[in-house]
Amino acid sequence: MIRRKVGKIAAGVTAGALALALGACSNGAAPESSATALDPDQNYNVTVWAWEPTIQQDSDVVTSFEKANPNIKVTVTNVGGSADEYTALSNAIQAGKGVPDVAQIEYYALPQYSVQDDLSDLSSLGASSLDGQYTTGTWSAVNQTNSSGQKGIFALPVDSGPVALFYNTATFEKAGIDAPPATWQDFYEDAKKIHALGDDYYITNDAGDAGFITSLLWQLDPTAFTVSGTDVTVDFSSDKVQEFLGIWQKLIDEKLIATSVSSWSDDWNRGLGDGTLASLVIGAWMPANLLSGAPGATGNFSVALAPTLDGSPANAENGGSSLAIPALGENKAAAYKFLEYVSAGDGATQRVQAGNFPSLQSTLKDASFLSSTGDYDAPDLLAYFGGQEYNSVLAQAAANVNPGWSYLPFQVAANTDFSTYVGPAYTGGTTLADGLDAWADAIVKYGNSQGYTVTKK
Amino acid sequence: MEKRTVSVTAITQGSVTVDPASAVSAGAAPRRRRHRHDWRGWTFVGPFMIVFLLVFIAPLVYALVLSTFTDRMIGGVQFVGFANFLTLFQDPQFWASLGRVTLVLLVQVPIMLLLSMFLALAIDSGRLHGTNFFRISIFIPYLVPAVVSALMWGFMYGARYGLVGQLNRALGTGIDLFSPDWILGAIGNVITWEYVGYNMLIFYSALTTVPGSLYEAAVIDGANEWQVIRAIKLPQLRGALAIATIFSIIGTFQLFNEPSVMQKMAPSVINGSFTPNLYAFNLSFGSRQQGYAAALAIVMGLITVAIAYVVQLRGMRANDEGRGRRAR
Repeated sequence: MIRRKVGKIAAGVTAGALALALGACSNGAAPESSATALDPDQNYNVTVWAWEPTIQQDSDVVTSFEKANPNIKVTVTNVGGSADEYTALSNAIQAGKGVPDVAQIEYYALPQYSVQDDLSDLSSLGASSLDGQYTTGTWSAVNQTNSSGQKGIFALPVDSGPVALFYNTATFEKAGIDAPPATWQDFYEDAKKIHALGDDYYITNDAGDAGFITSLLWQLDPTAFTVSGTDVTVDFSSDKVQEFLGIWQKLIDEKLIATSVSSWSDDWNRGLGDGTLASLVIGAWMPANLLSGAPGATGNFSVALAPTLDGSPANAENGGSSLAIPALGENKAAAYKFLEYVSAGDGATQRVQAGNFPSLQSTLKDASFLSSTGDYDAPDLLAYFGGQEYNSVLAQAAANVNPGWSYLPFQVAANTDFSTYVGPAYTGGTTLADGLDAWADAIVKYGNSQGYTVTKK
Repeated sequence: MEKRTVSVTAITQGSVTVDPASAVSAGAAPRRRRHRHDWRGWTFVGPFMIVFLLVFIAPLVYALVLSTFTDRMIGGVQFVGFANFLTLFQDPQFWASLGRVTLVLLVQVPIMLLLSMFLALAIDSGRLHGTNFFRISIFIPYLVPAVVSALMWGFMYGARYGLVGQLNRALGTGIDLFSPDWILGAIGNVITWEYVGYNMLIFYSALTTVPGSLYEAAVIDGANEWQVIRAIKLPQLRGALAIATIFSIIGTFQLFNEPSVMQKMAPSVINGSFTPNLYAFNLSFGSRQQGYAAALAIVMGLITVAIAYVVQLRGMRANDEGRGRRAR
């Protein structure tokens, strides 16, 4: 008898494994929540998944929101940053339970969720009325399409990172450069002058970073990726992109940029601190990181608009994230109330005071924000930038962001492949143009294997 | 060795009995006394078998099942049979990653094991002062978590501000250990540093089991130290060498921590498919292809088992020969 039991258990184990594997199949259609209106007499419990330090359980934002809305209790869980949260979120969505009411999602990962119908369209909850309040870059990032190609607002911005040029004025002056480069051609000429100061001197570093290249594609040709429902196109062939790649290739070939220094490394921080890495083309969230990572350069750094091909205004975002309401979440009305408070209400101001770069037009026009005084007092950063009103430049950078950009709906996977195909270009194994071409082929192959219709132009 | 063979046979017999078909037929057969003896045995083995099945067999079965499915973003989970394996065999990234670890295996493992053996012989020779101190200090790197070791070496490898940078400046060279030409050597160096002490300890413990009377006899016969090493110590090390080699093969094929940490320092050189394990990790968490990653894991597991088995066969045979010679 026991022998038979053991046999059954063995069979049970196998069946269990099968059930686990097949459980993912049952990712059925999301039941529509009927609770779209908020009942003032009812108590709500909103669960939030976020890793952003200004949206944690003990942050001012949550405390003041609960004070203003006594019938809504907010529970914030930090389930890990970025990819860790996405894994947890995807697992919860597949299992159909344990899905939070609100989830923090970076702009580049939003399309992946919206196109799989995992997120609620916030238009009907009141997000349509926020049109025009945000910067172009962040607003276009939260306007996505669902699986049938229908447009919608699938999240609200919480921060942004318009790209700007952060440069070390001391090194630039030593190299005899009076003004920051306005065009990429100027950037190349300046790179030569700076490298002439010594073998250790470079205008910037680039060890192969998908985030940097995608932000440049956004600046050069916002239609490099287009997404409509499950139809995706990849196009790196435009003249502007090719012209830029030619300049960047010269910088690599002539060893004018530090390709062996990767961003966020020890070498990187030290180089920025002692002025041998003379500039960065990076998101507007950089000031606080410079202050903590490269304190040695205090007083030497300045901010300018990022160079463009012809010197005319054009810009992109690098990084930034949003808050979304998963389609499977309950309490959607209460969740939206929290979203609106954090993104467009008093919470937005509090978060900028805590160090976020704003995505609201009103904040970007606020005189005390632009001068880092009054409500937005930041004496350390003002000293770091030698008294420059750096936020004025960054606000201009935010205004210049090109509309019409879209990340791939599988950008996370594509970025993983970046180093395989484009990486060798930084060590002389191939050229940038060929590397990007191979990357585009890999994107087509992967996208099609995932059920999208991807074409390369 | 005999003991191990016995226990393996016991497990094989056990799993034959678990076979559901035979369980059913046994239940259907008329009860006889002989069968009673059988189930009494099961009350003893049963608890072990349940845990064994749950902990060892179920995960393997799960991985096998997983490898026959694909989870597409659009379209969801589909049964694809062996398609994942067919794709894998035509995947240049997989073969490139396997090539890299094989190169490390062929170059780094012999160097490391020879070094460990040399150190073990040196400590065992009894001619050094402070052998305890050396033994501990060579073993300490093994106690340092691999992630910490990789970080530490990564900082030293820094071509601008690290130790390598300072050496470059002093010698006027321009060596960058994070360049494609050097990276495997750089990683191999970290692994050698980490595991030389561990392997040394395996060899040293094998040497300490040599009875002192053998050495006395050798000295009486007029053997010098070199002859003692060749005729007594090296034959005694054969079994330990086979074990250490098998551990090293498994460890090298599973290379993950060091390249994963150093990837942050040289993202364009160490790509997402640098080693099979790193590739499997990125497949399941970067591009969400768990089925494909499971197929890769199974193939790597089979390759590792096959190579380790060949080494064990050869190592054991050599060991028996050595034993035979000594007996004569």
